[in-house]
Amino acid sequence: MTLEVDTSQVKVAAVERSRVSLRSTLASRVEVIVGGVLVLVAVLIAIIIPMIDPAASTAVGAAPSLVPPGLLNLLGTDQLGRDQLARVAVGYGISLTIAVGAVLLSVVVGGLLGLLAATATSAIDGLIMRILDVVMAFPALLLAIVVVALFGAGTEVLMLAIGITFVPIVARVTRAAALETTRQPYIEAAMARGARRGRVIFRHIAPNSLGPVVVQASILIAIAIMLEASLSFVGLGVQPPTPSLGLMLSTGRDFMVSDPWIVAVPAIAILEIVLGFTLIGDGLQTWLDPKKRAIAR
Amino acid sequence: MILRRLALTVPILLGTSTIVFLILRLVPGDPAASILGSNATEEAIIRVRAELGLDQPLWQQFVSWLGGVLRGDFGRDYITNQAITEELAARLPITIELAGIAFLLALATAIPLGVVGAVRNGGWADRVVRAVAVLSIAVPDFVFGILGILSFALALSLVPSSGYTPIEDGLLENLRSLAIPAIALSLGLGGVLARVTRSAMLDVLGSDYVRFAKASGFGTGAIVFRYALRNASIPIVTVIGLQVGYILGGTVVVEQLFSLPGLGQLIVEAMLARNYPVLQACILVFVVAFIFANLITDLLYAVLNPRLRKVGAA
Repeated sequence: MTLEVDTSQVKVAAVERSRVSLRSTLASRVEVIVGGVLVLVAVLIAIIIPMIDPAASTAVGAAPSLVPPGLLNLLGTDQLGRDQLARVAVGYGISLTIAVGAVLLSVVVGGLLGLLAATATSAIDGLIMRILDVVMAFPALLLAIVVVALFGAGTEVLMLAIGITFVPIVARVTRAAALETTRQPYIEAAMARGARRGRVIFRHIAPNSLGPVVVQASILIAIAIMLEASLSFVGLGVQPPTPSLGLMLSTGRDFMVSDPWIVAVPAIAILEIVLGFTLIGDGLQTWLDPKKRAIAR
Repeated sequence: MILRRLALTVPILLGTSTIVFLILRLVPGDPAASILGSNATEEAIIRVRAELGLDQPLWQQFVSWLGGVLRGDFGRDYITNQAITEELAARLPITIELAGIAFLLALATAIPLGVVGAVRNGGWADRVVRAVAVLSIAVPDFVFGILGILSFALALSLVPSSGYTPIEDGLLENLRSLAIPAIALSLGLGGVLARVTRSAMLDVLGSDYVRFAKASGFGTGAIVFRYALRNASIPIVTVIGLQVGYILGGTVVVEQLFSLPGLGQLIVEAMLARNYPVLQACILVFVVAFIFANLITDLLYAVLNPRLRKVGAA
């Protein structure tokens, strides 16, 4: 076996790799844009459609039941003659409210805990992380079910239930990012200048640790929408007559043999918005930091 | 390192079981009153409370509940008066089979796909792998399940649309009744796993020793399977450990959709009937399963990476 290494080959490989990484940067930008468009469409549907006829989503018998998609009812009507487009629109609104609310809650609580863990003494750090380990030991959907069992189903409870399951994830991401930031020379400089601890944490460490948290947040919104839809689907989430995508799918099952579009509509609606947020999160991840790949979905 | 990891599991088990215990005590309403109905007399309620041990201090109730759980006694179902342990024993195998098939399915498809994506980095095969992975992450299990029922069960009649056929009635029938649910359940894990395998393999394939192996004339197959995959296995195993939770949670929804009489379905039934002792037992089983999955993951690190065995850091 000879030890001659063909260096020209290595150079070609390096050029090849930089070309691939440029291409993947462009691809991730396209991903973010496509995801953004999908989310925007859902948001516009959620805002505009209910303005046209605010009562349409719950107006029983406003049209004949189980009308296929057509000019009068673009996405058809359900078994009670309610307009499916209007129900999807309100469902989107509720999904987005719960998902964004849950993620905001987890970013505020988890972010603060993560910052505290990264900057406090190792005893406090250990205590916070061990408590979060206990929360993380619950599979997400089951923890949400536990919270619903305690407080009953409803929009605010769902926000809280899903938000709590995300707190340990956000805290871990924030803690890791903040520890990385703490090692930077400018933090040392700020400390040496005699800046107060609180100021260093919130003016210097927090903003510079935000990137990974933002990426995580957009992935978490996608998961939150899935969790909300799952809970509503099994009857533990949004309660009728309030429309929800998961509920529409669940009640539509009884009619799907004769009228498949009645489940196809909410199925595609859920898929569209989850795909939108997943693409944004995925694209941002490779775009902002190709080194840090998805660990927590 | 192994001992330290085992020691860490004890407080987590204790913490989670405390939380699970407290659910039943914190839910609104008196269990005794809800067993007896609205016409119950004051004396009857006091008597049932005493029978259930609800008149004891909270910590004593916790100790006796935990003692029962450790001996495999979860108490009695408020509604059917059956021993909960028996109910769990009847349903657990179905959930284990469903989750196990889904898990193996995800592993068997995602890891080869991830390897192909990494070896053909940037090529069309890689693009297909990445697109399939993102899609399978974005399709919720129950949405795929419904589309599966519409196409494979109703349109093509390849599989039953719902219900569970026990193994005693034939292995083929049994697998047919679980096919669509298991595929639906495997998608999320599969998608994440394919991506992690791909990126972990990319890291390894770009390392110096792989370049050296290439320069020494080893074929791609030998490099990938003999060296690279083993070195890429640590992030893969990490993700598997974390994602087991999604499979466990997914069984709740998928069993409900396909009317599979497993533990996940029992959770929903218990929730809707406010049957809290059963809910408590089911959640505890899931949580313990998840904790042990993560424990096994961490122990696998030591098997896969001998360096971790000596240095005490995880």
